[in-house]
Amino acid sequence: MAQKSAEPITSIEHIPSSEHGKGFPPFDPTTFASQFVWLVLVFGALYLLMSRIALPRIGAIMDSRRQSVEGDLAEAKSLKDSSDAAIAAYEKALADARGRAQALANETREKFAAEAEAARKELDAALNTRLTEAEQAIATRRTAAMANVHDIAVETAAAIVERLTGNAPAKPDVAKAVAGTLKS
Amino acid sequence: MDPIHQFEIKNLFVLTRIGGHEIAFTNSALYMVIALAVISALMIGATTSRALVPGRMQSIAEISYEFIANTLRQSAGSEGMKFFPLVFTLFMFILTVNMLGLIPYTFTVTSHIIITVSLALLVFLTVIVYGFKKNGLRFFKLFVPSGIPIVILPLVTFIEVLSFISRPISHSVRLFANMLAGHITLKVFAGFVTMLGAAGFFGWMGAVLPLGLTVALTALELLVAFLQAYVFAILTCIYLNDAIHPGH
Repeated sequence: MAQKSAEPITSIEHIPSSEHGKGFPPFDPTTFASQFVWLVLVFGALYLLMSRIALPRIGAIMDSRRQSVEGDLAEAKSLKDSSDAAIAAYEKALADARGRAQALANETREKFAAEAEAARKELDAALNTRLTEAEQAIATRRTAAMANVHDIAVETAAAIVERLTGNAPAKPDVAKAVAGTLKS
Repeated sequence: MDPIHQFEIKNLFVLTRIGGHEIAFTNSALYMVIALAVISALMIGATTSRALVPGRMQSIAEISYEFIANTLRQSAGSEGMKFFPLVFTLFMFILTVNMLGLIPYTFTVTSHIIITVSLALLVFLTVIVYGFKKNGLRFFKLFVPSGIPIVILPLVTFIEVLSFISRPISHSVRLFANMLAGHITLKVFAGFVTMLGAAGFFGWMGAVLPLGLTVALTALELLVAFLQAYVFAILTCIYLNDAIHPGH
């Protein structure tokens, strides 16, 4: 472009003939040798740099990353497993303790229930004994009282007969008569 | 304004002459060396720390590595991984010189057919040499597809041979023509902008359209620059797959 700026270009068609004479640059064989040599040099150098240094290094970086990620995942898994095991152990201990507590509570409850039952039975027995005794006492008293009623009735009857008739009746007769009356 | 001017080879200094051929350090060679420096800085410079958690540049280097490794593994299988450095170097070299060529005032190395033909022949010869070394004469099975009636077999074989031989041509011309045409188009549209701009106010108004097109074309050329490098690499993978597994 530099040498062309001296003569101003008015249209695309008007190109200096010196430029035209060279032909189409990509098909100019005089430049092929230089380009080819430099392509071989640069491409060869690039190939060596990539295959010897860059690609193995990036491969190693990605391998080590994959390994460390896998290692971390494995460690996380083992930690999770151990925490799961701890949780399971804790829950088992809790269940055992709960079971033992239940058993203990049941045992205690039964023991106390049995004791209470025994005490109640004892008390019942004592009360029954006393009830029987009292009933016997009442029966004795009643018999005694009934006997006294008989005596009193005989004496009263004798006294009434004596007052009415003036004669004291014979005691066995009166007793017989009272007994007959009481029976009827 | 000459859209062809950008492809001129200029000798920066002449090194030697071999058999009447002038060997010079040219602008093309300069951009190859720049590409070498850029790729080395990315792939070696950015990975020196070998960080477990990569930084930005190391991420780019690792993504490039994985991208090409996956492409190669998918098309040529795990056996193809022995060609990984070759495919990777091809891809990075073509991609970098394509991208460098999109910077204004730079030179596009891949816009010269000698470069793309050399690279395509490198792949072609690698396929032939490795194909015969690994498979011996069974490599010829590549040209004889199985399950074809014997009547049309000679015709099919002829077509297969022809397509095999034309591979380096299509392989190289595709890249060369894409880069050449893209840069000529860009130059022509950018040239319209300056030509119209010189024609006063209405020229300025008219220049808006080619300017917008130049911006859009630049975006398209960025895509093409990547895509052509990728296409070159994936075709290399497919051709290498033929050398590794010649049976269809």
